[in-house]
Amino acid sequence: MRKFDTKVQHLKYKVLREVARAEWKGTLSESIFTIPKIISPGPHATMRCCIHKERAIATERIHMAMGGNKENPNPIEVIAIACDECPTSGYSVTDACRGCLAHRCEDVCPKGAITFRNDQHAVIDKTKCINCGKCANVCAYGAIVNRKRPCENACKVKAISMAPTGEAQIDDSKCVSCGACVYQCPFGAITDKSQIVDVVKMLKDSDNGKNFDVYALVAPSISSQFTYAKLGQVISGIKALGFHTVVEAALGADMVAWDESDELAEKGFLTSSCCPGFVSYIEKSFPQMKEHVSHNPSPMVALAKYIKKGDPNCKIVFVGPCTAKKAEAKKDHAKDYVDAVLTFEELQALFDSKDLEISTMEEDILDNASYYGRIFARVGGLSDAVAQAFKEKESDFVAKPIVCSGLDECKIALLKASKGIGDFNFIEGMACPGGCINGAGCLAHGEKNKAEVDKYGREALEKTISSAISLLK
Amino acid sequence: MNLSVCIGSSCHLKGSKQVARTFQTLIEEKGLTDKVEFCASFCMGNCQNGVSVSLDGTVHSVSPETAEAFFQNEVLTRIEK
Repeated sequence: MRKFDTKVQHLKYKVLREVARAEWKGTLSESIFTIPKIISPGPHATMRCCIHKERAIATERIHMAMGGNKENPNPIEVIAIACDECPTSGYSVTDACRGCLAHRCEDVCPKGAITFRNDQHAVIDKTKCINCGKCANVCAYGAIVNRKRPCENACKVKAISMAPTGEAQIDDSKCVSCGACVYQCPFGAITDKSQIVDVVKMLKDSDNGKNFDVYALVAPSISSQFTYAKLGQVISGIKALGFHTVVEAALGADMVAWDESDELAEKGFLTSSCCPGFVSYIEKSFPQMKEHVSHNPSPMVALAKYIKKGDPNCKIVFVGPCTAKKAEAKKDHAKDYVDAVLTFEELQALFDSKDLEISTMEEDILDNASYYGRIFARVGGLSDAVAQAFKEKESDFVAKPIVCSGLDECKIALLKASKGIGDFNFIEGMACPGGCINGAGCLAHGEKNKAEVDKYGREALEKTISSAISLLK
Repeated sequence: MNLSVCIGSSCHLKGSKQVARTFQTLIEEKGLTDKVEFCASFCMGNCQNGVSVSLDGTVHSVSPETAEAFFQNEVLTRIEK
């Protein structure tokens, strides 16, 4: 059964799987030379100009699977030799231009950048063009196209540009590590660095809990992933890898919703702090709004902190859809509690590195959180949970949330809030459109994920936030 | 004395919250808050026989129905020793 949305994800997965397999065996250092041949067995190239380039890129991917450049705190990096250096000319006129009489493109251009050759073919003056796209919209032949790179298009914070040598480069002072470019680059030239080797080492050192326990905190979006197996089988698979147990990060979400409602009532205005991409966006692009970011930890950190309090020697691995969590886990407020972060892609690679066929396993169970904690995985869930917390506390405070799906919507809400306009007192910000269910580290992205999460929410034993967290205070 | 109730998935579904509430109520009623350190934990590796309760590191199997008797027989008798 197909496990990934794109062939790029599948390629990344194969490298991660082989790296993890070698680490389990303790042969990783030698395998660095053999894995590229597993990825590109030859004799003919199937992805690039020649087998040698394919293997050279595979070597770079191995480096990323092993953590990449450890000096760079950004979990997202460009593999320069894998970048196809796509054209970056912006708007340009193609051969489809008929040299018509209407010249709508010329009329609509606010900068007078469009002129005509002797044969009436339109030409865009790059020194005047501001890439507004109006000409492309009005051309009756669709003859004007935007040749923006997919990575640049995907990046809503404008952190990607072209290096003088042609390949994509990331401005780490703007990048929020959301991973949109990772998912969108058709060549897999931008990738998230992995901690899969660290996790295998952790599990080996734990020796099935003989030395210390390793906990997996799984994000609620897991309910829409691994669609070829049942959720209970995924849990069995995680335990078969050597994890002590699996706990729902959604229980941390219940804790956060409860406390965040108090903070909102006290301060009167707040922006959410669950999504690390959104928090990073505020820090980097709206520093004047930083004081309004909720002081509550993210669900991941809230729950990890609780577990470490009771079991100080344990290790905690967060498993989710998110590349920005990899950056969050390294920050001061999180690094003592969260030991590693894996994406669902990486979890799939881990399963297969041990040849675990989870669809044939017995079903285990996962039930810690309430409906409200679980629906944090999709946009609007956090606001629903905060409203529910007010209801359970019988508070008179009226939360007026604005729900932002994706960084473009976050930007509009933050602009309004920074000018003091807009009829809302709570910004729920999700860097990925649709929320965590569309995170860059998901195996499958799509509309049906929301329904899956809601269904999973309704299956929770605990129906209220207060009952879910009753013992955790 | 450390008294810990497992609230991992399996024990949760078998009623660990009721067990915990019973213990908490009894601890309050009998004024033992400074003698019994009560906490919740995730998974004691005894999922088949939950609800798992750890008393100073030893795991016992309790159910919502037997929670009060367990507290009387195990917890109180140890404190009285």
